[in-house]
Amino acid sequence: MNPAAFYPTATDYLRFLPELILTIGGVLLLVLEALTGDNKDKSSLGYLAIAVVLGAMFAVPVALANPGTSFNGMIVSDGFAAFFRMVTLLVGLFTLLCSTSYLSREKANTGEFYLLVLFSLAGQGIMAASNELIMVFLGLEIASISSYVLAGFLRDDKRGSEAALKYFLLGSFATAFLLYGISWIYGVTGATNLVAIRESLAAGTSGNSMAVAAAALMLIGLAFKVSAAPFQAWAPDVYQGAPAPVSGFLSAGPKAAAFAIFLRIFQTSFESFSSRYEPVLWILALATMLVGNFSALWQSNVKRMLAYSSIAHAGYVLVAVTTNSNVGTAAAMFYLAAYALMNFGAFAAVTHLAGRGESHVTIDDLKGLASKQPVVAGLLTVCLLSLTGVPLTAGFFGKFYIFKAAIDNHLYWLSALGLLNSAIAAYYYLRILAAMYMHEPKTTDHPEPVPGGIQLTMWFSAAGILTLGVFPGLVLDYANRFATFVK
Amino acid sequence: MNILAILLLLPLIGFVAALILPAAVTKRFVLGFSLLIFAVSLLLIGTTVQNPAGMTWVTDTAWIDTPAIRFHIGVDGASLWLVILSAFLTPFAAYISQKTIVHRQKEFYAYLLLLEFGLIGVFCSLDLFLYYVFWEVVLVPMYFLIGIWGGERRIYAATKFFVYTMAGSMLMLVAILYIYTKAGTFDLPAILLQMEAGKVAFTQAEELALFLAFFLAFAVKVPIFPLHTWLPDAYAEAPTAATFLMAAVMSKMGTYSLLRFNLNLFPNASHDCAPWIVVLAIIGIVYGALVALVQPNMKRLVAYSSISHLGFVVLGLFSGNQFGLDGAVYQMLCHAISTGALFILIGYLQDRKQSLEIADFGGLATPAPNFAIVFLIATLASIGLPLLNNFVGEFLILQGAAKANIWWAAFAALGVVLSACYMLWFYQRTFLGEAKSAFTDLRPTEWLTITPLLVLMLWMGIFTQTWLPGISASNKVLLERPTSKIALQVAQ
Repeated sequence: MNPAAFYPTATDYLRFLPELILTIGGVLLLVLEALTGDNKDKSSLGYLAIAVVLGAMFAVPVALANPGTSFNGMIVSDGFAAFFRMVTLLVGLFTLLCSTSYLSREKANTGEFYLLVLFSLAGQGIMAASNELIMVFLGLEIASISSYVLAGFLRDDKRGSEAALKYFLLGSFATAFLLYGISWIYGVTGATNLVAIRESLAAGTSGNSMAVAAAALMLIGLAFKVSAAPFQAWAPDVYQGAPAPVSGFLSAGPKAAAFAIFLRIFQTSFESFSSRYEPVLWILALATMLVGNFSALWQSNVKRMLAYSSIAHAGYVLVAVTTNSNVGTAAAMFYLAAYALMNFGAFAAVTHLAGRGESHVTIDDLKGLASKQPVVAGLLTVCLLSLTGVPLTAGFFGKFYIFKAAIDNHLYWLSALGLLNSAIAAYYYLRILAAMYMHEPKTTDHPEPVPGGIQLTMWFSAAGILTLGVFPGLVLDYANRFATFVK
Repeated sequence: MNILAILLLLPLIGFVAALILPAAVTKRFVLGFSLLIFAVSLLLIGTTVQNPAGMTWVTDTAWIDTPAIRFHIGVDGASLWLVILSAFLTPFAAYISQKTIVHRQKEFYAYLLLLEFGLIGVFCSLDLFLYYVFWEVVLVPMYFLIGIWGGERRIYAATKFFVYTMAGSMLMLVAILYIYTKAGTFDLPAILLQMEAGKVAFTQAEELALFLAFFLAFAVKVPIFPLHTWLPDAYAEAPTAATFLMAAVMSKMGTYSLLRFNLNLFPNASHDCAPWIVVLAIIGIVYGALVALVQPNMKRLVAYSSISHLGFVVLGLFSGNQFGLDGAVYQMLCHAISTGALFILIGYLQDRKQSLEIADFGGLATPAPNFAIVFLIATLASIGLPLLNNFVGEFLILQGAAKANIWWAAFAALGVVLSACYMLWFYQRTFLGEAKSAFTDLRPTEWLTITPLLVLMLWMGIFTQTWLPGISASNKVLLERPTSKIALQVAQ
């Protein structure tokens, strides 16, 4: 090979610009953190991190304007990648907006938090844009390792440390499965490039049953990452134990990125034996919806309930993945964007309402919220109605597109069972609504003012949910256009 | 701009305005605004009555491109009256709450307008998807109305209501999506045209499954026995205004939808299932009446009597001939008026005594003679006395049922007899006998509220020609459509 082809060109870097900005910003923050004194207020570093994320967001269209692969086909800049970069960056932005006040309240306002978020976002961006199993693994590890630390960021909090440890152990376990699958597939096809694997499998030159086993191993790894049943056990403990803004971050960002590689790998590389894994996905999707929804029914802790609900929502997205079609991919993309808005909106409210030390996170603590803080209650209601799937919200259209894709692909039973699941889900979201609106407040103490960042996040989510609930085309048209992969 | 489109958007605008306006003026604003909406709705009548067979006031614009969802609304001779009914009864709900709803008034009145938005939308949507959106939108304000301002067990009742209805409508969504894969559109008239042209056809099994998916959603809403268990809780716990709207208008969502969707889209399955559904309807008629007979609580009594009356409507719909269908639509309107009036009057009783137990009342006719007369008229209307509204509806339904199968009519007629038993006994225990304590007669404002309903009871009982020709014309379209002609009329 011509060695000159190994040197990246300027366009290569442009295609990688969002992650570059995030990485450079993160390193910069690392230095600044060391330079500022120990006992200083570090909120300014948070603002800097927000600026970095905004910069990365502006870089996404730049990368999209230069479609193609970079670094010898390691990274691909296409509409699909841009979409998931944008979703994860949005989640990151929300996280940062909610964190500054949260960390001050918990007296843990250090710069590391912000740069870990940036590094995790860089990893997620790489996942979204990777065209290579090695890059998939790299991105996943960068994103995960930062997330493990974020989950246990409040060192003195026992639950937080437990969450971090659990997340770390099970996460590593999952990554090991993925890596094992990657090494098998490399052994079978001699390639790690997704397109090359596809071509090798299609040519039939390599042992297909070995490839199926490799795909199964990778499926397990990814199922862990998206918290699909029966690999979901870590999610409730982690989301409950982690600091509230981090729970919101973990449940929306890395999950979206994991679904991005899920879709890309299975629809690019392993498409030739989609009929083999479709039944597996079918069962996985149904089990995930059932486990998530039925477990959520009994929860009294709002964070834990949202954790189970996020499992259930992963189940809905898996229905879209099961269809193995462009319509399904577009539906999954739309759903993950809508889910990022509604789930983070809910977690932002929880971040505020939990109070110092997150001591108020049960449903009972929400009683009478509507009369104490009508605006917070109203915005949270929009998020919850969207999670329930009531029409004129983004969540409804998300479900609608997913189940439409499923019916287009003749998955009638899965659709019927999935939709009945969402009626079950209504019950636990309604419990929160009932507590907020239909009970009298327990105490009459004056509510604390809502910090600006959290307010901004909640207003933005609610506005996004309602806008997409009336004009879903804004996102769906884009998703439809870019739901095809380079093959 | 199209009056129907304006009429549909007005409640939504009012809802937003009510949320923004200061709390002190909301209740007067919503009352005034809902009266304005009613006035606008009357403007629809002229054109639609001229041409009741076709769709009038049609707005048809693209809403969402992929999949093609259209904002397609319009009314014909039957749905016109249901749209106007929604607009007519909402001001009543606002008016009867002026004194009784004391806390969190702002939200209460805002929800009334949101509910009205959903109701009007359901009755005029011609796109399956748009229809489904409105169908679900109705749930949210009603959930809050029951849950916030209801009685002791309000949260249980509200949650049961929401989950029950949502579970029912989920399978309908699957069915709607399935129809889309077949027909490539959500547009009801377009689907019907394709079916007539033979471009879209369902196999027997498909049609049955789709029919049942739709039927289940509507059966919960009506409700049809044995899916009625949410109703007594919801009706009894809800504040009077919400019970009033549920009984008078919301239950018609189910029966109207059976007519508009099940009978139109799945004529063969409707025909095949008719005997089974009629059996359920008759069980509902008799069961509702028997349970009403033993209710000690008056709100529950009228709630169960609604199950009985709505059984008649379902019976009429599935007798599959002109009489039955006309009677069913007519009875929807009549039931709305007479049950609505009963709930308003019960609300007055509750205001005076703070109780709904029949045993707490007695001999009210002596201290409150006017009240007793008004209540008697509403009672007799509900029983179906000739010259009052329900008589016409039930008579037509029984005639239609008798044409289809004489036994259907024979068993259903039991309901008429039983309704006389429970209503008159209820009246006797409440108003006759010895007066127990002082009781205020109807106040002028109460007269003002109840008089329009009393006038309508007489008007609908005597001058049926005001309403029936339009209803018949629109039902005729259904019965004479090539796809449904054979299937439905064979039952005769």
